[in-house]
Amino acid sequence: MARAILLTSIALFAGLLRPMSGAAAVSQAAEAPGDLSEREAAVHVLNRLGYGPRSGDVERVMEMGILTFIDAQLSPASIQESPELERWLAEYQTLTMPTTQLFLEYPPPQRLQAMARRRGEELDSAEYRMAARKSFAPLMELSQARLARAVHSERQLQEVMVDFWFNHFNVFARKGPVRLFLAEYEREVIRPNALGNFRELLGAVAQSPAMLFYLDNWMSAAPDGANVAGQTPRRRRGQAKGLNENYARELLELHTLGVDGGYTQEDVVEVARAFTGWTIDLRTGEFIFRADLHDADSKVVLGQEIAGGGSMSDGEQVLDLLARHPSTARFISQKLARRFVSDDPPEALIERAAATFTATDGDIEAVVRTIVTSPEFFSREAYRSKVKTPLEWVASGVRGLDVPARDTRPLVGALNRLDQPLYGAQPPTGYADIAEAWVSSGALLMRAELGQRLARASARGPTGRELVREGLVDGALVLLLPAVDTERLRPLLTSEVNEQTQPRMKVETAVSLTLASPEFQRK
Amino acid sequence: MVQRRVFLKSGALAFLSLGLTPGFMWRTVWAEANRRRKTLVCIFQRGAVDGLNVIVPFAEPNYYRMRPRIAVPQPGARDGAALNVDGRFAFHPVLAPFKELYDRGMLAAVQAVGSPSATRSHFDAQFFMETAVPDYKSVQDGWLNRALSAADLSDPQGHQYLRAVAMTESMPVALKGTESAVAVSDLESFLSGPPAGLEAFEALYDEDSGDAVLGGPGREAAEAIKVLRENDPRRYQPVVDYPGSPFGHSMMEIAQLIKADVGLEIAFADVGGWDTHVNQGASQGQLALRLRDFGDSIAAFCADLGDRMEDVVVLTMSEFGRTARENGNAGTDHGHANCLFVIGGSVRGGTIHGEWPGLEPEQLYEGRDLALTTDFRNVFAEVLSSHLGIENLDRVFPHYQVNRAKFFGLMG
Repeated sequence: MARAILLTSIALFAGLLRPMSGAAAVSQAAEAPGDLSEREAAVHVLNRLGYGPRSGDVERVMEMGILTFIDAQLSPASIQESPELERWLAEYQTLTMPTTQLFLEYPPPQRLQAMARRRGEELDSAEYRMAARKSFAPLMELSQARLARAVHSERQLQEVMVDFWFNHFNVFARKGPVRLFLAEYEREVIRPNALGNFRELLGAVAQSPAMLFYLDNWMSAAPDGANVAGQTPRRRRGQAKGLNENYARELLELHTLGVDGGYTQEDVVEVARAFTGWTIDLRTGEFIFRADLHDADSKVVLGQEIAGGGSMSDGEQVLDLLARHPSTARFISQKLARRFVSDDPPEALIERAAATFTATDGDIEAVVRTIVTSPEFFSREAYRSKVKTPLEWVASGVRGLDVPARDTRPLVGALNRLDQPLYGAQPPTGYADIAEAWVSSGALLMRAELGQRLARASARGPTGRELVREGLVDGALVLLLPAVDTERLRPLLTSEVNEQTQPRMKVETAVSLTLASPEFQRK
Repeated sequence: MVQRRVFLKSGALAFLSLGLTPGFMWRTVWAEANRRRKTLVCIFQRGAVDGLNVIVPFAEPNYYRMRPRIAVPQPGARDGAALNVDGRFAFHPVLAPFKELYDRGMLAAVQAVGSPSATRSHFDAQFFMETAVPDYKSVQDGWLNRALSAADLSDPQGHQYLRAVAMTESMPVALKGTESAVAVSDLESFLSGPPAGLEAFEALYDEDSGDAVLGGPGREAAEAIKVLRENDPRRYQPVVDYPGSPFGHSMMEIAQLIKADVGLEIAFADVGGWDTHVNQGASQGQLALRLRDFGDSIAAFCADLGDRMEDVVVLTMSEFGRTARENGNAGTDHGHANCLFVIGGSVRGGTIHGEWPGLEPEQLYEGRDLALTTDFRNVFAEVLSSHLGIENLDRVFPHYQVNRAKFFGLMG
């Protein structure tokens, strides 16, 4: 009965977005092969819209109603955040500091050295090293905070979207001073727009010092001879002469249209010209538009003429053009479908999501809603079809086991060892969202090793005691693999557990093997 | 009497006569095949080592003019003199072991080699050197992984799990890709295996798991550990003393893996600390300290392997060189071309290859760095071709035309 209700509601909901009669929608959903049970659907939603279920979450979602849960997650502001999490985050003071303040208090050692020299002094190599270490403190806090949020936030979908968009608009923390731009990047650019409007997000990224530095646009200047509103460009030391195409290329290839989205090398150059002068005031770390570096001549991008004039308007027009382009709707929809549904998402779903993107002028929430309420999302093919990235594996393990994780430094370290350092993807493509990227013999061994540490930490805590009381193997399996067929694992775990005599070791073994199992690598 | 000919990887023919049981025959063949297996050991000096102070161009007057505080004294100088190698170049004095290898014909070097990319970013440049597709961020697998796939695996019981090992905590870009490689930060912990036990781990990933994507790699991991346990490399204690540094330790473990005949074809290690912007030192100092450890570790490795070095080549590399001029902090900044070493028993040592562009102001790249005359990919290609017998070089170096005519004849 509950199942029929679930299917009906999903079908009706989906029906809101598709022109289909209510009855047809219901019957179609009811006949669709490979449907999930309500329990499976709840687990699925918790695994895909968040970082996995905590103890009791599956029941809560089922009681609330799956669609109600999805609805709430799509409006993070409507969800009361965990007060404990907010208290912890408040302790990371650099999180809320403006970049200017970070520059002052955590300057890169080169800058400190330059300042010392101006006073007639010199930092020795020990002081230099210490300054370098200190200047990484904001990055450490940001990484810890990100993990704390992934594990503890009630606004799980928002955190998933922060991860998604940061990765889509990837910047590498260790390039130059980028690490000092990140707090603002995540706080002002990514998180507020994560379920908002794509064009606004795109615009905020384009002006962010993080992206301007990472993709070198900060040093892009009008080529010699170009119209720069009658002024002679003042070149800064170390600045490339003229145009730097890096940002323009990645804007087209990775941020909007996609590599086959229909642009040419000429378009790259024209877009680069439009963004000349979008740069950073390196004293304060803030965005600044330098008209004297801007190429004020007119441009032609994707066949459209963009009048010159010497202001930021041509860059803005380029962003308008790109945000509205059908290739962008498709590219973004495909990535979102890959994130939420499967590594190779069904074409029909991508098309519907792209249609939503276009119809809503880039409303991310609407596009995500189309995807996560679709029959494809709730299909048997999609269920447990994705392999967890290191971040998802760590967070889901910690959540499932309710391991006290106030100090998330060990978790940050775990991500380094699993080859997914936070803010540490060096190329602009960010981290790949497919199984091949994360599955290797070494990776599985590493997860087994780290899983054992997590198991040990949990064995000591309340979860461990609970498991001892309830019955270890079943307890561990239900906790970590709800709604999964664990017929195969049960005897395996039982025989290993029976070889242990100490209760804590029994818990550790059961949990550790579950975390290492192929079943737990999937979501 | 039936005689069977078995073609070994090296191309030699082995006649085996009847009277030997098949098992014994295959084990012999296997051991033989493995014994002649070639290994390439790549060492990445991360941070851009100052090549001009490693292989000193002492015949260039500008070298001394541009580096008043950090130039290494000429051969023959009273203190800290560079070690003359061929009248044009001399090794840094702490690289006396390299000089010895050079004199024995085991060490060759290439000057003015590097990447055509203009990037001066460590990370980008390292990435580009490890993918070996400079300036293309879209190629993300490593040249060594592609080399593994291009290499012909012709031995009968190929232990494919340990063909490539990186002595690093996480997989370096150079070894990322479709072929199986293992990152082993230290043998001891790798050998101890998954904490819950190897058998349990193996059971988790056996065919019954029904997981097409995860099952294979899981079983491979277990196999790699089993192979290592059966041929425990720790049995092969070094016959020489290695420096106690992490790099020395890595080289020692690579030697153990080679002696254990586990099927190692490619080993990778890296060593950092070369980014000497401040107070670099000359014959002594920061750079000298690191270089001493570097040279001693590699020399110990060669001595440890003894005549097995016939089948081993050590290839060094760094993402770019450093400025020809010293900077205001008695250090150097990011440069362009660099030098590298090729060391091994089959190497035609005793030569410094590469066209030397000179250090006159107009000869410098962008007026500041050693100019490039050899693309690093050509050297890598030559080593892959002559040492590992890889022919399909296009596959290993996409977007690059390997120029065999410009091979230096590194191997003899």
